[in-house]
Amino acid sequence: MRALLARDLRLAVRAGGGFGLGLSFFLIVTVLVPFGVGPETALLTRIAPGILWIGALLACLLSLDRILALDWEDGTLDLLATAPLPMEGIVSVKALAHWITTGLPLVLAAPVLGVLLNLAPGGYLWVLVSLAVGTPALSVIGTFGAALTIGLKRGGLLLSLLVLPLYVPTLIFGAEVARRGAEELDVATPLMLLAGISFGAVALLPFASAAVLRINLR
Amino acid sequence: MSLWEYANPVKFIRTTDMVLPWISVLAVLCLVTGLIWGFFFTPEDYRQGSTVKIIYLHVPSALMAINAWMMMLVASIIWIVRRHHVSALAARAAAPVGAVMTLIALATGALWGQPMWGTWWAWDPRLTSFLILFLFYLGYIALWSAIEDDDTAADLSSILCLVGSVFAVLSRYAVNFWNQGLHQGASLSLDKEENVADVFYFPLLVCIAGFVLLFVALVFLRTQTEIRARRTRALIAREQRG
Repeated sequence: MRALLARDLRLAVRAGGGFGLGLSFFLIVTVLVPFGVGPETALLTRIAPGILWIGALLACLLSLDRILALDWEDGTLDLLATAPLPMEGIVSVKALAHWITTGLPLVLAAPVLGVLLNLAPGGYLWVLVSLAVGTPALSVIGTFGAALTIGLKRGGLLLSLLVLPLYVPTLIFGAEVARRGAEELDVATPLMLLAGISFGAVALLPFASAAVLRINLR
Repeated sequence: MSLWEYANPVKFIRTTDMVLPWISVLAVLCLVTGLIWGFFFTPEDYRQGSTVKIIYLHVPSALMAINAWMMMLVASIIWIVRRHHVSALAARAAAPVGAVMTLIALATGALWGQPMWGTWWAWDPRLTSFLILFLFYLGYIALWSAIEDDDTAADLSSILCLVGSVFAVLSRYAVNFWNQGLHQGASLSLDKEENVADVFYFPLLVCIAGFVLLFVALVFLRTQTEIRARRTRALIAREQRG
């Protein structure tokens, strides 16, 4: 498992695009929002937590098809399937690699981009925390979507249609934590619910992803 | 004699052929009586005026939108566990019907909301969760039609249905948490106290019966079509192989 994780990370770093693409997309989205709604700082302060969450979510979505598609095309996945490692382990490692290459940079970049959106001073910490707790769920759910659409020629659009409704609860609680944090309200309840969704998804969804992948490799 | 006998496509087609005309006629009868009774022979509500009558379309379709998904969930589990093709095809057949029911519920709700709440759409928990349910239907239908191999498509979409059900319930509670509701409480429940007044109640029951029968008839018909289409494809393939 460790070897597979190291390989995925090395591939992401050396082949390029892994870190860069998601982050630049996040930057572009955040920069475009003020153009869309106007540069009024009070308004931006109010919507900043939500925009940061949606930006992170879309950046995550953009990189989902890279999780499994390359390994599927060159046959690595077939080899991995015959390896002693169970399929559940493989998809978990893939999701973890996706989180490290996409989710983590997004988490770290979010407070910086918060400056651009004039985020309220209390919000920085909670945007960081909510994204750190929520993005693992995004990666795991995304891996499930990627496994579903892997065999399709033009799976990208279908992937977003399948994955975005599944992202709804995570987005609601995550954005709620960030918003309450920015308004200096109590964040405990939504944060616990967000953590619940994250842990639940990490614990259970790999089984569904593995089942789906086995069907697709049949 | 057990339920599993209908897993045999021939038996399924023969039985449904027999009951389909009856169910269809009953559905039409129920809908016609229920709607005419509801629209023309019930008093107007003292506050809502004649807009209250949209309840005869709104409540049954909303009910069927959720029950169609439940039926797909059960059919998907049967397919995963026992691998009866009829079950997978029934789940596939129910999806578009359920999606249309969701759309009817949303549209009639918007039509009613405009004069009553003063807005076509509010981000109310019930409305929002129905919209999300509609998105789930769309994803499910899209996945079915995107995959060429029949068995793979059935497997993948039934797993999507299972995972989707969990997330649909999660979303339901999440949106409840997210925004306070504008939508009124349940119009129908087994608890008599909560029900709407009797004058509206009985035609509403007839309409619900009509919608249930309509749903069953449509699902039977669509499942038959799927079975026949698949058989035709098999025959053509055999023909070409020589």
